[in-house]
Amino acid sequence: MRTTCVLTAALLAGAVLAGGAPAAVADETPSPPPSTDATAPTEAGTSFRTAAAVRPGQLATAGASTGDYLYWVFPADAGQNATVRARVALPPAAQRHGAQTWQLDVYDGLRRRQACTFGASTATAQKDTESVELACHLRTVRAWAEQSSNDPLPGSYYVRLTVTGLADDDLGLPARTEVRADVADAGGSRAVDGSLTAPLVPGASTAEDVKQPKQAVAAAAPEDGWTSGTWSSRWIWTAAGAALAALAGLAGYALTRGAGRPSRMSPSA
Amino acid sequence: MITRKRLAAGACGTLLAALAAGLLPAAAAADDRLDTTEGAPTEAPKVELVLDVSGSMRARDIDGQSRMAAAKQAFNEVLDATPEEVRLGIRTLGADYAGSDKQLGCKDTRQLYPVGKLDRTEAKAAVATLAPTGFTPVGPALLGAAKDLEGGDTTRRIVLITDGEDTCGPLDPCVVAREIAAKGTSLVIDTLGLVPNAKIRQQLTCIAEATGGTYTAVQHKDQLSQRVKQLVERAADPVVTPVATKGGTSCTGAPKLGAGLYTDREQFGEHRWYQVSVKPGQELRASVSVGADRAVDNDYGVLVRASTLSGREIVRGQESGDGRTDVISSGLRYPKADIETERGQEPPAETVCLRVSSSFSAPPSVKTAPGLPVELSIDLVDSPSNASDVASFGLGHGWWLLGVMALVGLLAGLITGWVSRWRVAVWRTN
Repeated sequence: MRTTCVLTAALLAGAVLAGGAPAAVADETPSPPPSTDATAPTEAGTSFRTAAAVRPGQLATAGASTGDYLYWVFPADAGQNATVRARVALPPAAQRHGAQTWQLDVYDGLRRRQACTFGASTATAQKDTESVELACHLRTVRAWAEQSSNDPLPGSYYVRLTVTGLADDDLGLPARTEVRADVADAGGSRAVDGSLTAPLVPGASTAEDVKQPKQAVAAAAPEDGWTSGTWSSRWIWTAAGAALAALAGLAGYALTRGAGRPSRMSPSA
Repeated sequence: MITRKRLAAGACGTLLAALAAGLLPAAAAADDRLDTTEGAPTEAPKVELVLDVSGSMRARDIDGQSRMAAAKQAFNEVLDATPEEVRLGIRTLGADYAGSDKQLGCKDTRQLYPVGKLDRTEAKAAVATLAPTGFTPVGPALLGAAKDLEGGDTTRRIVLITDGEDTCGPLDPCVVAREIAAKGTSLVIDTLGLVPNAKIRQQLTCIAEATGGTYTAVQHKDQLSQRVKQLVERAADPVVTPVATKGGTSCTGAPKLGAGLYTDREQFGEHRWYQVSVKPGQELRASVSVGADRAVDNDYGVLVRASTLSGREIVRGQESGDGRTDVISSGLRYPKADIETERGQEPPAETVCLRVSSSFSAPPSVKTAPGLPVELSIDLVDSPSNASDVASFGLGHGWWLLGVMALVGLLAGLITGWVSRWRVAVWRTN
């Protein structure tokens, strides 16, 4: 009886660990390759208010004039690492008069600029190059943060792409831009306590006001909604730890008992 | 023996149940609240295309065609592609006066097609009659266009297509544009220049910058029609129109704002105050963008402070930057802790003073009035549930945790075993 139970429990604990540990260890699983679905935006917004909503993994494209400020917005949820990549196909080299510096900025739902932990968010293209690529990897989105901190919180993230340095003669030339935001699960090791009642989405409190047109960002909620931040692989680790402790307890108890019934005892005792 | 077996079976059952529970991941609760609101019917957006029909439009330098022909072709394509809901009008400048009197020529602007529901044939016919004629009075044309678009609470856009700078003076079209933008809550002027000329570019970028619009240097016919189409379609996208407000010079007497989107104008070095009342159990979220709608110095910043009525700072949001920019933004959160009140009693709301300031500066040649555009967004949501631990629910994570728990479990098992053996031995000897 005991052997069967211990065996079953050990198997189950193994299954729990096998299920839980990879989820926690294999951080940074890349999102699936860009889907070429028809819903991907082909236009960009020109301000925070008009930012074009893009879903993570979608490739948003936009034609623009050099000098435009282009805005997109995507949702990122608690426990996610977001990476924004942008590619600008510059105007033909024959028309350009000098080097161009492009910049990618990411702002959170409160319009606070977010730091890029790695990735070139500013890049300079020489006169003869055809395109410039930019990237920005954000800090892990936390479920909760102190009011005085600037930590990324679940909600909308704005991407602003623009040229910051150029020869004056190059203003207004046509350029093609591509932006893609990917989110990856950061794993339970980054799961923090606390939660916001509403994600950091502009107009969260006026979203139900039907008199106002729906803000683009409200449409940009994650496909399966905002998580409440209560689930993380920490539950599995802790449960597995408890199970292991119980098993180890049983094993320890069994050790002190020796291998079954002492031989000196009579069978009838 | 039997007792022990039953105990072991019981423990085993509980253990298995606990493990099974651990295997089922809790379904993440989805909050679809934000997805349920449908876009409400809104007032039709208005667009006016302002076309330069000055004499210089005869020049044949766009894909071998005259500028006028290119513009006409682009207009035809744009009129075909204009979304149904857009109210579109057309205004010309320099279309009628062929003389050489500058005074008269500089007043030559007229509405060719009124802003309203678009009759494509009629509009096209009107455009077809145009022939390059007179001067380039951009300033008066913009004023006229702003007048044509007046009324209503909708988004308004002027698309200016020109091949020459305004030489009429003394009305600087750039100043005109800024004044127009300061009057209306949401009017954007996009400019398209048909000639790559430094002066025109300067003037057109200045006009675009002053209103948050864009500037395009047109080189090809296709580019022209594509860009105008794009701009007209942009106008059709429904956006939230902010409410104009005027911040106070101190917190007392500052306007009381609720949740919503507001605009204001703030001069260089000026402080603007607003009041927001926050109930216990609510979180105030405020974001501020200050726009650089004119030539400003290279380094700048923005500061938004939330303070109590007595002046104690609660929290601040700040940002600084340098180089070319459209806006500089920052934001803050202030969750107010919930307090216990007696039944039926409304807890007293706290008045939070918001102060917005920016460190934009400009060379002396730049006009300071009207002030820089400020966009203020205020949200009031329920307070968050604060963290009581660094880790989610205080739960553990990692192999160290497992190791410690297994070790402690083993020790506990051993001790329990030894103690029970010792007790049995003692009982036996007695």
